Amino acid sequence: MSLNIIVLAKQVPDTRNVGKDAMKEDGTINRAALPAIFNPEDLNALEQALKLKDMYPGTKVTLLTMGPGRAAEIIREGLYRGADDGIVLSDRAFAGADTLATSYALSMACRKIGKYDLIIGGRQAIDGDTAQVGPQIAEKLGLPQVTYAEDIISVEDGKALIKRRIESGVETVKAPLPLVVTVNGSADECRPRNARNVQKYKYAASPSEIGADEEKTAFIETRPYLAIGEWNTQTVEADLSQCGLAGSPTKVKGIENVVFTAKDARRVENNDEELESLVKELIANHTIG
Amino acid sequence: MANFYNDNPAFKLHLNHPLMEKIVKLKERNFADADKYDYAPQNFEDAMDSYDRVLDIVGDLCGNIIAENAEDVDHQGPRVENSRVVYADGTKKNLDACRKAGLMGMSMPRRLGGLNFPITPYIMAADMVSRADAGFENLWGLQDCAETIYEFGSEEQLQKYIPRVCAGETMSMDLTEPDAGSDLQSVMLKATQKEDGSWVLNGVKRFITNGDSDIHLVLARSEEGTKDGRGLSMFIYDKRNGGVDVRRIENKMGIKGSPTCELVYKDAPAELVGSTRLGLIKYVMALMNGARLGIAAQSVGISEAAYREALQYAKERKQFGKEIINFPAVAEILSTMKAKLDASRTLLYACSRFVDIYKIYDDIAKERKLEVDEKKEAKYYSRLADAFTPLAKGMTSEFCNQNAYDAIQIHGGSGFMKDYACERIYRDARITSIYEGTTQLQVVAAIRHVTTGTYLNWIKEQQTMQVAAEDEAVKATLDFMTQQYAAAVEKVVGEKNDELLDFMARRLVEMAGYTVMGYLLLADAQRDEESRRSLHVFVKIGEAEVAKHVSFIENFMPDQLSDYLYK
Repeated sequence: MSLNIIVLAKQVPDTRNVGKDAMKEDGTINRAALPAIFNPEDLNALEQALKLKDMYPGTKVTLLTMGPGRAAEIIREGLYRGADDGIVLSDRAFAGADTLATSYALSMACRKIGKYDLIIGGRQAIDGDTAQVGPQIAEKLGLPQVTYAEDIISVEDGKALIKRRIESGVETVKAPLPLVVTVNGSADECRPRNARNVQKYKYAASPSEIGADEEKTAFIETRPYLAIGEWNTQTVEADLSQCGLAGSPTKVKGIENVVFTAKDARRVENNDEELESLVKELIANHTIG
Repeated sequence: MANFYNDNPAFKLHLNHPLMEKIVKLKERNFADADKYDYAPQNFEDAMDSYDRVLDIVGDLCGNIIAENAEDVDHQGPRVENSRVVYADGTKKNLDACRKAGLMGMSMPRRLGGLNFPITPYIMAADMVSRADAGFENLWGLQDCAETIYEFGSEEQLQKYIPRVCAGETMSMDLTEPDAGSDLQSVMLKATQKEDGSWVLNGVKRFITNGDSDIHLVLARSEEGTKDGRGLSMFIYDKRNGGVDVRRIENKMGIKGSPTCELVYKDAPAELVGSTRLGLIKYVMALMNGARLGIAAQSVGISEAAYREALQYAKERKQFGKEIINFPAVAEILSTMKAKLDASRTLLYACSRFVDIYKIYDDIAKERKLEVDEKKEAKYYSRLADAFTPLAKGMTSEFCNQNAYDAIQIHGGSGFMKDYACERIYRDARITSIYEGTTQLQVVAAIRHVTTGTYLNWIKEQQTMQVAAEDEAVKATLDFMTQQYAAAVEKVVGEKNDELLDFMARRLVEMAGYTVMGYLLLADAQRDEESRRSLHVFVKIGEAEVAKHVSFIENFMPDQLSDYLYK
């Protein structure tokens, strides 16, 4: 049995290594100061797909990402780790999308890919932290979904057996294919880049990266696996009113720069009297209770 | 998010050495694989870019996985269950990551599933792995046993075993026995040929690193009644066939993650490699040379780890109101460590380049007849590799021990506690000057090149080097050290007393070592500003060491030898 798997991936600013100049004065992210990385939980998702590929030979893993042309870097990162191919969904009309417009665009791309047994993505991206895109894609495609997945244990008889991480522990569920799965950060880390794949795919490029470079074009023509697909609104037959800013009901009213400051430490002696007065104080100011 | 490749500019310095262009072109046979394999380079720049990218993966794995697991692996260690080795959990994770990253069989040709990397970038990977966890380097680095199968095995053996190594199966070299350590001529493990022509092995091996590996190279006595090295042959034992059990593993001082096994062979089926009787005199010698280069890489990696631990501690630790790095006594230890580290590394990669060139020529010679000038060049580099391998193994392992000692010294009392990595590094370092031939045996291998002038001739070639004005004085010192070295050799050899030569050999080899390393650093400094400081510090040390040996040799009377000898 072989599977067709789409892995949803997003290129995000590395918010885990925030320096002084990570924010602009207006409170928006200074993307130039933060390196663009593969969203961490999407890497967990990719590992699940690659593990299934190891288990079920012949399985095809396709990466799908929406973003500017440079998001092709994410596809290469995936190819280095063992994905089979990838598509960048890129169009000015997709810009400014909230989760609804994003999930619309990605769901249209999934329809265009056509054959899929599993659509796997990370639980959420570290720039927005919404965890909405995966579930919305499932809704738009009319598919069942399993969220907070930690391990896709097996796929048999058209059903996937999946371990989920939930608040109170772990539960194992079975769900029919085709299926959307969002993967939790507690799942296995993604495997490293593979030395052979890195050498094989280092020149893989999307049309907008190749541009008018004739030498690159000719080289990639002789090696079709190096061509990273790039799709726009027309390719996926998207309704423009549902794309980008136009299709996004979320409106940002304002952004506030909040700076946390530590107040002076207070020392409480270890006796009933002082502890009781502290507890009362904390209840009074709603810290506890 | 540490990356042991990117955080160390020394790798790019040595990777971009001018001799690499020749090595890469020879190794890639002028890029004949370019259209045959989708991961083969198109040209020199493409190949260098691939090495750079793959070493970046190695650096990532070393910084984020192998180094992170090192402490747990040191504590947990491997164990034996039902006569099989079970690795520590961290070791399993490390191996899994290396397999998935495709970092096994790096130097093997593509047709057998390898990456076809020259030895030099492979040794860089070994250098990084050793910095992360010296014990793990033993498991990962044993992939270079595949070189021996590749060089001397039949085509059938190449096809059968090498793709398995490239896919991640581990190897071991089963040489040592209870009564055959440094003296491998005494190996007794018995190889018996059955009527159908196949071989079985019986006996015991001891101190076998990774002794429960998938594919073993075994030295055994195939010629009944013989007692010396000429009765020994080399065999491959495939674990899939069964017949070898692990009786116990040693409880060691360091490199605890690497299982050191006692093995019992009971009618274990084996395949002969090459011809009988050449096991020790040809195949093990080749295997050993590769392993010695590996230990030199391990030593450099450990030196690097020791220096970094010491430097970081010295920058953070405050005494008497300032960071201890600001005290000259501490700063001198640190700059000396760095100089020894840089000198070790430049010798390591000089050696690996020589090994690369002659090995590639050997390989090309299997495909076609070498041209006259190619033959001459192959011979030239083969001799240099032969001379530099024991020098590198000997010098780098001794420096590695000195650096590990100094790393603890910088930490003071804290370094004596189990809380800091320098304690593990110190224990791991200790074996480097012992296994794959003690420093004393490296001297035995190197002294031939002292007396026949291999080192001196190479040094003379370096003396024509054009250097920056600021290095003129250092160069003059090196030239003077060379004169002193040549005079000392002449004096000792002139005595025509073999016992005296054996006694003085260590001193002469060290004099050659300091001088050779000095010239290598001098060349590095012409390409790289960062190397200059270590050059200056190292030549100061070398100048004093050479003077010390000169003093000893000059003032030594042959009849004083009896004061030292036990007879």
